[in-house]
Amino acid sequence: MGDNGLILGQRLAEWCGHGPILEQDIALTNISLDLIGQARLWLSLAGQIEGQGRDEDKLAYFRDANEFRHLNLCEQPNGHWGTTILRQFLFDAFHLPLLEQISKFDDPQLASIAQKCVKEVRYHLRWSSEWAVRLGDGTEESHEKMQQALADVWPFAGEAILANAFDLELAEINPAYNIQMVNKAWWSTVNDVFNQANLEVPAANWAPQKGREGIHTERLGFILAEMQFLPRAYPDAQW
Amino acid sequence: MEQADLQRLFDSKIEQEIRIEPKDWMPEAYRKTNLRQISQHAHSEVVGMLPEANWITRAPSLRRKVALLAKVQDEAGHGLYLYSAAETLGTSRDEMMDDLNSGKAKYSSIFNYPTLNWADIGAIGWLVDGAAITNQVALCRTSYGPYARAMVRICKEESFHQRQGYEIMMSMAFGTPQQKQMAQDALNRWWWPALMMFGPNDSESTHSQQSLDWKIKRVSNDDLRQEFVDKSIPQVEYLGLTLPDPDLKWNEERGHYDFGSIDWEEFYRVVSGNGPCNKERLQARNKAHNEGAWVREAAMAFAEKRQTNVA
Amino acid sequence: MNSKNWPLFEVFIRSKNGLSHKHVGSLHAADPAMALENARDVYCRRNEGVSIWVVPSDHITASDPGDAEELYEPARDKIYRHPTFYTIPDEIGHM
Repeated sequence: MGDNGLILGQRLAEWCGHGPILEQDIALTNISLDLIGQARLWLSLAGQIEGQGRDEDKLAYFRDANEFRHLNLCEQPNGHWGTTILRQFLFDAFHLPLLEQISKFDDPQLASIAQKCVKEVRYHLRWSSEWAVRLGDGTEESHEKMQQALADVWPFAGEAILANAFDLELAEINPAYNIQMVNKAWWSTVNDVFNQANLEVPAANWAPQKGREGIHTERLGFILAEMQFLPRAYPDAQW
Repeated sequence: MEQADLQRLFDSKIEQEIRIEPKDWMPEAYRKTNLRQISQHAHSEVVGMLPEANWITRAPSLRRKVALLAKVQDEAGHGLYLYSAAETLGTSRDEMMDDLNSGKAKYSSIFNYPTLNWADIGAIGWLVDGAAITNQVALCRTSYGPYARAMVRICKEESFHQRQGYEIMMSMAFGTPQQKQMAQDALNRWWWPALMMFGPNDSESTHSQQSLDWKIKRVSNDDLRQEFVDKSIPQVEYLGLTLPDPDLKWNEERGHYDFGSIDWEEFYRVVSGNGPCNKERLQARNKAHNEGAWVREAAMAFAEKRQTNVA
Repeated sequence: MNSKNWPLFEVFIRSKNGLSHKHVGSLHAADPAMALENARDVYCRRNEGVSIWVVPSDHITASDPGDAEELYEPARDKIYRHPTFYTIPDEIGHM
């Protein structure tokens, strides 16, 4: 959960200062801030549970690519505004039902972080859905760009909704956890929004992605090289 | 009302510290001066995002990352408030953006300097925002209502920027020898450009006197610069860093610090487009604007389509 | 590309229940729904509000400063509308 927020938040932060209009530059930065904020909570909790004295920064800055457990969708490049919107939408549509389930877990720490995140992510999904519809059903040019961008990001979405090791772990923590519910909610949101957006839903031709197991795309190395270089170059320094 | 009466009414409002509001009569030159100054100020906020945004993805801790991200986002907000204030004078934001992107409009030259190490982010927050705040606090009393209101809002929001920067400087200056060196290097490069932010000396400033008379500007360039220098010296001393100015010393008689003369030749070179990063900055702005065109257009087309459907 | 500009909206925010909405500034948006969200993203980043109104700027009808004399000055000498115009003996107390 923390790595999803951190890596996607990091990607969104690349937009800061380069958005299509000031209002939306600000809006996207709000989402980036939410996600990095969420990442800090999850990573701090992870470090605390691990009990080896690793805090949020140790986990963010001193792990290698194969130790990151986010969806490969999150590390895909920003592309144009439409690519960013669709990557965000496909993620939000998964993120929200997942958080809704975790927010009902018995574990009070997991549940309370998830409850906080749900409020933020509800807005993210609203925002990314509206933009997907707006651009999908805007001009001919925007429609084409969106359909093309969808072809780029769509294959990465499968990893979010197909059951994998992550889901088994969640089910272990809480037997009531149900990946099928996340899957169902995701499809329902995607179908509904793409229908309004006049976008064709591609076939479920998922690329075999294993970000959850630490096998990422080539993108991640560059993200980490940039993100981690200062603490790695000066490991004794306090910032 | 006759022209002369309108002018008298305007003058008496300025005299009595009554703000001028958008629909009030104002001399054309007053309108133009405000438009120029407010839009330049807005452009500075927006271009000013770029050097700092450079370091968001490289911020060395998550706490620093969110603080910097929020800070740079604030600059976008401030640009937005200022464009809105300028729009009340009858020019659209898009026209102002076009002037910025074509290189016709100016923005603060400081943003044409590069950010080369992490301490630069500290130095910018501390010195560049510090200089900007010195200037902006004075502008909260500027005579044009929408500009003054934008300044009040901006000053309120900016109070965290300078502290954010100084905190970074502290962690660098009190950190490892390498960090301290980065801090000194950043200070060396940002000090003089920060002093240039207050503009030419009063004796050389082309717009100063009229702007002071109209109370658009409330304090002169040199007075603001002096105030900034006096405020900054103890902060530099606390950090144990050295200012790159051998002529700097306390002047008992004046009750102020004396400081060396500014390299105005460099200032004018940067203003006229030949600074270290002028081209990059404008290219980045143009790229964002051009690549966002289809997005803005599609959103508008969509809005119109939905409106027709509803009607 | 000759895109049409997004229209301007005025933003009003209620800072907490019990207070009225207050004008805080303006912004651009393609439509009212987007204006509302932009207002949330731009003007409510520091807990500034609990309710937002947005109004297309060109829907606002404003008085003309040139009419100030006839609009506002006639109210100035109607001092009998204010409580201090009337004399009540001290021993009656606050009324």
